[in-house]
Amino acid sequence: MQATNILILILGLGIFAFYLGRGRSLALAKPLGGIRHIHSLPSYYGAHVALWCALPSLLLLGLWMIFDDPLINSIVLKSLATGGMAIDASSESLLLNKITNLADGVLPRKGEEPALVVAADLMLRLQEISRWSLTALMMTLTLMGFGWSWSRISSTFRARPQVEKVMEKLLLSCACVAIFTTLGIVLSVLFESIQFFRSVPVDDFVFGLDWSPQTAIREDQVGSSGSFGAVPLFVGTLLISAVAMCIAVPVGLMSAIYLAEYASKSVRSFAKPALEVLAGIPTVVYGFFAALTVAPFLRDLGASFGLSVSSESALAAGGVMGVMIIPFISSLADDVITAVPQSMRDGSLAMGATKSETVRNVIIPAALPGIVGGIMLAVSRAIGETMIVVMAAGMAAKLTANPLDSVTTVTVQIVTLLTGDQEFDSPKTLAAFALGLMLFVVTLMLNIFALQIVKKYREQYD
Amino acid sequence: MNAINSVTGAKADVKQNLEVADNQVTVGSCFTEAPKMTMRNVNVFYDDKQAIHDVSVDIAKHEVIAMIGPSGCGKSTFLRSLNRMNDTVESCRVEGEICMDGENLYAPKLDVVELRARVGMVFQKPNPFPKSIYDNVAYGPKIHGLADTRVDLDEIVENSLRKASLWEEVKERLHQSGTGLSGGQQQRLCIARAIAVSPEVILMDEPCSALDPIATAKIEELIEELSQNFTIAIVTHSMQQAARVSHRTAYFHLGRLIEVNPTEQVFTMPEHELTEAYITGRFG
Repeated sequence: MQATNILILILGLGIFAFYLGRGRSLALAKPLGGIRHIHSLPSYYGAHVALWCALPSLLLLGLWMIFDDPLINSIVLKSLATGGMAIDASSESLLLNKITNLADGVLPRKGEEPALVVAADLMLRLQEISRWSLTALMMTLTLMGFGWSWSRISSTFRARPQVEKVMEKLLLSCACVAIFTTLGIVLSVLFESIQFFRSVPVDDFVFGLDWSPQTAIREDQVGSSGSFGAVPLFVGTLLISAVAMCIAVPVGLMSAIYLAEYASKSVRSFAKPALEVLAGIPTVVYGFFAALTVAPFLRDLGASFGLSVSSESALAAGGVMGVMIIPFISSLADDVITAVPQSMRDGSLAMGATKSETVRNVIIPAALPGIVGGIMLAVSRAIGETMIVVMAAGMAAKLTANPLDSVTTVTVQIVTLLTGDQEFDSPKTLAAFALGLMLFVVTLMLNIFALQIVKKYREQYD
Repeated sequence: MNAINSVTGAKADVKQNLEVADNQVTVGSCFTEAPKMTMRNVNVFYDDKQAIHDVSVDIAKHEVIAMIGPSGCGKSTFLRSLNRMNDTVESCRVEGEICMDGENLYAPKLDVVELRARVGMVFQKPNPFPKSIYDNVAYGPKIHGLADTRVDLDEIVENSLRKASLWEEVKERLHQSGTGLSGGQQQRLCIARAIAVSPEVILMDEPCSALDPIATAKIEELIEELSQNFTIAIVTHSMQQAARVSHRTAYFHLGRLIEVNPTEQVFTMPEHELTEAYITGRFG
């Protein structure tokens, strides 16, 4: 049977078992005089039976799916090797691919090497065995679980704490999924980066002031060997993010304060969703808004003051990015400001403080952790933003702190490194992973730094 | 409006006694000579619901007036209209005349901020700011510019804490957080904070309801001392407390002021049958 069919069958059996277990406990409860005389609610007994029915075999299914293919592949390869075929590591995956295709009937069998056809047959046979043994094992486990759980149902059996324990494990495993995914991403980026650092020294990358990732693609090509100094990219990223935050933080924070403290209910009910619409605009729309409207406007404005503003300027990209981020800050800050207890406000107002004094001296300090949290989220958003920068800030990796000049960012370079035809083990491509890793480290450090600041200045209310 | 009756269930047997006539007039001695605050025909509404009906009463200088009454009778609402804290409630509307030293508190040109500096308030739940003890007390003086130098400010803080009989307990840790104090200490800190701006009137909204008996005794002692310098209006649920600390007692019932009399008289010979019913514990 196919794995999906088994899955559906097991889930169906689980639901069936739930009703059986529940029915049994109800039957037990009746002669005793109602469900108050059995230890747990009938649904807990049902859930207990269902969990015992489904969980062990589902776990088995998971493990099986992980180990099934590698095991079969290694057996097939071993049989080929004993058949006298020379297999080295590089041709292994190619060979396996071929065998799988033969087995699945994607490739025609005619004219193939007989050894491979035999191997394909072996693979088919092994897969068959695997499927049947899986089905048999799972059914046995299901029945055993059902029988075990069924036999335990009695008026004194504590089904509720048992189910509670399983719930806890379930929640834990969900938390683990998130953690392990992050870990997996970090590790994969890390390994690719290590490969990159084999060809480019770490200090050249981290402290290098020149970024031009053009390398010769073929051996005989005359080309630059490429220079991978990441500093201009990070300066560009920080410059644009700084411009964005200069706009987003004050505007976002102040609109949050207005909404939370001053606005009447009717204004608030209109203004808050209106602000949040900003968050729903796709970044590419912001991007062409920045490139086609804001950037030329800034250039003309600069020209009228005698300033030379690049038509792709950090100011235009950062400014539009700032507008994009406003709703993040305002809506998070609004939530934390509203969460400050009314008694704090009353205390301050009753002292004869004005509203703005209250906000400044009491509300903001009390809401600081949440506000900084919102700002950090916004910073991460700004650093990671790509589309607006691609369209409005250009591609030139210039080392400059002048917001009127055109700069490029880490994310934009990652995109350009990975699009188009690339060799996957050239430093040019691998540089993208190194940039990603460094971006991750920088963001992490920013977060830790912000947490320290918050710890120092927060005023905790209870 | 017809007669109102909020008492139900087990206490329904006394219900005929608890009905308040529409034309209910306050009995006792509402008015004093040389009052600090005068309230005339005060009505308070939340949207369309009337919470206070036609209350007229005086508060004399340096007296402690206790406001008692069953839950929901409007005594807190009334108290909060005395320093316009009800302004923070969007749906709240106050009619009538509330004057302090002859000045109408609800006059359009009145500065609410200045008013609240003159009429301090202590709340039911201690609400120290999440700042240091020193900063809590210095908060008012700082925003009102009462101290020119750091030395002045130190002096105000020390005096206020002394008046709130908290100084001895906290003088070693003025720069620790005010929220780290015990409940009773927090409430005295709030009193110190209120008196740091030298108000003329202090409103207390059930200041002891969140405190244990020992902390309560300390606050009550403090109220007595404070009454030498301040005019105090206190809302309380505890009749014993009203009897212990106040000079006059006002009995509220369903948004109406039923009786105002010297405390001793209220608790020994109440004029109104509703007052008598309440203080003898027939409802409440």
